[in-house]
Amino acid sequence: MEYLFFVVRRLLWSVVVLLGLSIVIFTIARVVPGDPARIALGPLAAQEQVDKLRTEMGLDAPLPVQYARYAGGLLQGDLGRSLLTQQSVNSDVRQTFPATLELVLATLILALAIGLPLGVLAGRYKDSLFDNLGRFVALFGVVTPSFFIALLLQLLAGYVLQILPVSGRLSPNLEFEANRTGLLLIDSLIAGRMDVFGDAVRHLILPTIALAAATIGQIARLTRSSMIDVSRKDYIEASRAFGIPNRITTFTYMLRPSFIPTLTVLGLEFASLLGNAFLVEMVFGWPGMASYGVRAIMQNDFNAVMGVVMVTGLFFVLINLVVDVLLGYVDPRIRIKGSQS
Amino acid sequence: MPDDAPLLSVRDLRVSFRTFDGQADVLQGVNLDVPRGTRVGLVGESGCGKSVTMKTIMGTLATPPARVTHGQIMFDGQDLLTMPAARRNRLKGTDMSMVFQDPTTSLNPVFRVGHQMEDIVRWSDRRRGIQRNHKARKARVLEVLEMVRLADGERIYDAFPIQLSGGMRQRIIIGMALLNEPRLLIADEPGTALDVTTQDEILRLMDDLVREEGLSLLMITHNLGVVRQMTDHVYVMYAGSVVEDSPTAELFDNPSHPYTKALLACVPKLDGTATYEGIGGSLPDYTDPPAGCRFHPRCPHATDRCLTRPPAFTVRPGHTAACWLHEPEAHA
Ligand SMILES: Nc1ncnc2c1ncn2[C@@H]1O[C@H](COP(=O)(O)OP(=O)(O)OP(=O)(O)O)[C@@H](O)[C@H]1O
Ligand SMILES: [Mg+2]
Repeated sequence: MEYLFFVVRRLLWSVVVLLGLSIVIFTIARVVPGDPARIALGPLAAQEQVDKLRTEMGLDAPLPVQYARYAGGLLQGDLGRSLLTQQSVNSDVRQTFPATLELVLATLILALAIGLPLGVLAGRYKDSLFDNLGRFVALFGVVTPSFFIALLLQLLAGYVLQILPVSGRLSPNLEFEANRTGLLLIDSLIAGRMDVFGDAVRHLILPTIALAAATIGQIARLTRSSMIDVSRKDYIEASRAFGIPNRITTFTYMLRPSFIPTLTVLGLEFASLLGNAFLVEMVFGWPGMASYGVRAIMQNDFNAVMGVVMVTGLFFVLINLVVDVLLGYVDPRIRIKGSQS
Repeated sequence: MPDDAPLLSVRDLRVSFRTFDGQADVLQGVNLDVPRGTRVGLVGESGCGKSVTMKTIMGTLATPPARVTHGQIMFDGQDLLTMPAARRNRLKGTDMSMVFQDPTTSLNPVFRVGHQMEDIVRWSDRRRGIQRNHKARKARVLEVLEMVRLADGERIYDAFPIQLSGGMRQRIIIGMALLNEPRLLIADEPGTALDVTTQDEILRLMDDLVREEGLSLLMITHNLGVVRQMTDHVYVMYAGSVVEDSPTAELFDNPSHPYTKALLACVPKLDGTATYEGIGGSLPDYTDPPAGCRFHPRCPHATDRCLTRPPAFTVRPGHTAACWLHEPEAHA
C-alpha cells in the first residue's frame, strides 16, 4: 500500500516536471531571435506573406495563448509540424527515436552489467591489485570524452582490426523493417530473423562501448565507495558478530544498501548520457535523433526542436521514474517517508 | 575442565593499529575474567579501548588495520585466538553473542526485522547442523521478541527498522543476541543512544534476561551508575589496560587506583551519570604513549617509579590495582 502511494506520487511528479520543461523550452525557443514564419518561407518571401503565415500559425497571439495551444496538442501527443519540411514532427521522431533508445538502453544494461560487479568486487577487495587496476580503468572511462573513445574504437576495431562495422545500424544488404517496437534487436527476434539480429548486435557493439565507458566508470567508482562505506556500518559488524557467513554479509547485507547511491546517481547521470549519445551517434553515423536534433537547432526549426527536447525529456523523466520506483523498492526509508509526507 | 574456571578469560591481550601517524599500541595487556553466571562490568572513559577489547573477543575487529600482537582469549577452556576459523565462527552468535550499542545504526535499514533475525537463526542452525524450516525459525524469532517484551511480534517481524522507535529497536538488538541461547553476552553500552527513561527500561530488561536465562554478562559502559546497578564485579580500564578490578560494591567503597578515585570523585551524586571533567588532561596518544604507567602524566601521586609499568597488586582478596602505591613493600 505504502509502495503504491509512493509510485503514484512519483508519477504525478513526473507530469509536473514535463509540464515545467515544456514551458521553459517553449519560452526559450520563442524569445530567441528569428521569426519562425520568416524561417519557414525563406529570406526572399514578401513581408505580407510572412505576416499572413504568422497569423495562420497563430504566432501573433500572446505567448501564453500560444503555449496553451501547443500544450493542448502535446497532451494529445501531437508535436506539431516541422516549419521547414511541413512534415509532422511525430513521424520524424518515430523514425529517429527508436535508434537512440536502442543505443541508450543497451548502454545502460552494459554499464550496469560491468560497472556493478566491478564496484562490488573492488569494494570488497579494497586495495588489492584488482581494486587498483579497476580504479584506474574506471577513472579513464570517466575522464575520457565519449566521442574520443568512439573515434578510438572506430579506428581500432573498425579500421585496424576490421572486426566490427563502424557506421550505421544495419548492413545495407539486409532488408528489414523494424516496425513493431522500432528496436532492431527486439523486432528481429520477433520476426525470427537471426541474421538481422546478429548484424544489429555487431553494429551496436562499438557505439555502446563508447557511450557506456563513462557510465561504467561512474557506477564502478560509486558502488565501490558505497560498499566501503557500508562495510564500516554497525549493522555489518553485527551481521559478522552474529555469525552470518561473509558471502551473505557481502552480497546481501552490504550490496543492497550500497546500491542505493548508485541507483540515485544513475538517474542523474542519465542526462549526460543522453547528451553524449548525440555525439556518439554523430561519430558512428547512427540514425538516431542526434542529426535530426542538430539540424533542427541549426535551422531554428522551432517545432522540431521542441519535439526533440520533449521526447528526450519524457525519456529522461521515465528513466528517472523507473529509478525512483526501484529506489523505493530497494530502500524502504524512501517509500515509507514518501508515502507519509 | 573444572566448572569454576571462568567462562571467559582474557590474558595479556595486546592489540595495535596501523595508522597514518604510525603504529598505535591501543591494548597494552588487558586481563579480565568473566566467571560463569556473573555480571562483569568494564568501565573507562571514551577512547580507553573498551570497544577494541570487545571486538577482539567477538572476532569482529578489522585486521588490518588492527593486529593482535599478543595474548590469549580463553572461552570455555579454548583459546579463541588460536582455534581454527571454522570452530571460532561456530561460536559467534551462538555460544557468545553481542548486544550492540546504537539502535539507529545496528539494524540494517533496508531489510525487514524478521528477515534479519531469521537469517541469524538460519545460519547458526546450519553451522550447528540443526534442521529447522522457515516456520520453526519464525516461531523462534517471535518467541524472542516476546522475551524482550515486545508486544505485537508479527507486526514487528514484518516492519523495517525505520518504522520502529529507538527503544523497540534496542530491544530487537537484544533479541538478536538471544536468538541462539548464548552463554556469554557482551553488551557495549546498550541504550546510551536512547533517552534516560528508555535506557533505564532497557537496562532493567537486560538485567532480568541475564537472570532468567542464567547468562554470563560482560557489560561495557562509561556510566558508573550502570556498573553499580548491574554488575557483580568491575574492571576499570585506562588507556588500553586494566588499572583496577574489584567486586562492584568494594570498588565504590574503597577505590584504590588514583584513576578510579578521580573517576568516582566526579560522579554527580544523584543522577548517577559520570562525567570526567574532574580529571585534568586527556587520554594519551596511542602512537606515542607515556612510558610506564600510562596514567602518570595526569596522576597527582606520580613519582619516578611510575616510569616503570606497575603490575596488578592485590589490595584485598579479589581486588587489585595496578599502581605502585599498592606495592606490598610500600605498605611495610
Ligand atoms: N580502526 C581503528 N584504527 C585506528 N585506531 C583505532 C581504530 N579503532 C580504534 N582505534 C583506537 O583505539 C582507541 C580505543 O577505541 P575504542 O573504540 O575501544 O574506545 P572506547 O573505550 O570504546 O570508547 P567509547 O566509550 O567512546 O566507545 C581509540 O582511541 C582509537 O584511537
Ligand atoms: Mg566504544
